[in-house]
Amino acid sequence: MSATEIGLALSVFLACAVEAVEALTIVLAVGATRGWRSALWGAGTAAAILAAAVAALGPAIASLPLGLLRTVIGGLLLVFGLQWLRKAVLRAGGVKARHDELEIFREARAAARATAAQPRAGLDRYAFTVAFQGVLLEGLEVVFIVITFGANQHRVALASAVAGVAVLLVAAVGFAVRAPLARVPENAMKFAVGVMLSSFGMFWGAEGAGASWPAGEAALLAIVPGVLLMALVLSWGVRRAALSA
Amino acid sequence: MSRARVVLAGAWELVVGEDWRAAVGVVLALSLTALLADAGIAAWWVMPLAVAGLLSLSVWRTARAAARPRE
Repeated sequence: MSATEIGLALSVFLACAVEAVEALTIVLAVGATRGWRSALWGAGTAAAILAAAVAALGPAIASLPLGLLRTVIGGLLLVFGLQWLRKAVLRAGGVKARHDELEIFREARAAARATAAQPRAGLDRYAFTVAFQGVLLEGLEVVFIVITFGANQHRVALASAVAGVAVLLVAAVGFAVRAPLARVPENAMKFAVGVMLSSFGMFWGAEGAGASWPAGEAALLAIVPGVLLMALVLSWGVRRAALSA
Repeated sequence: MSRARVVLAGAWELVVGEDWRAAVGVVLALSLTALLADAGIAAWWVMPLAVAGLLSLSVWRTARAAARPRE
């Protein structure tokens, strides 16, 4: 396995796992409150749409010329990664609220209890819709990562398989414990994903634009730690500034 | 809002998010990289510098806005 393939697998797995944890919280909250059948139908329908999007878009994007693919997809990945990394730095610096799955679970359960039953075609419309939206919205980011990472290396199948493993793992653990996975280090995982997306986006974007990295792919061994160090220093600076304000 | 505009707004929100300046900065940095590479000048250093600058600016802008007292 090359450095970029390891990076692909790691980034997709972490991103998918963290988004799956968030989606699981919503599905568990509506499922436990309003009934599992409708919640699971909603979650399953959204998952099928996301899988169809990857199956349709992945090969189509991967068939573009490599230079164009790396510049455009690398650029998009970098913009997307910078957004993740900015939020992660702000969370680590104490400026942005950290994800609290237990709190989100309590809020979603309270909202589900407060809404009247909405039977339709044998399903509870509220539970179906909330679970559907939860999985679809969290899953869209995963689809973006799977397609961009996968297409850039012509490994959409590998990226999809890794994403599937992460979802199955989170779903299995979540349904075994029947509680939100609040002990998963979600914020640290988001920080790591932000670093990986920004690093690979930068690497592919520059390559696509015609630049040659010193040492080729091995440059990633300097880029990833460099981006991580910069993000940690920024987090420290933000925290210091917030404390002294 | 038409369905196409909703989809475009959703795609923008998904990829770019709150800080459009970072997206513009990435496009400019990639363009500069392409120009330098086309002229036969080493251009690999442009993106690391751009990312360091763009991320720092984006973080400080948001942190400063969050620290500002609301009127």
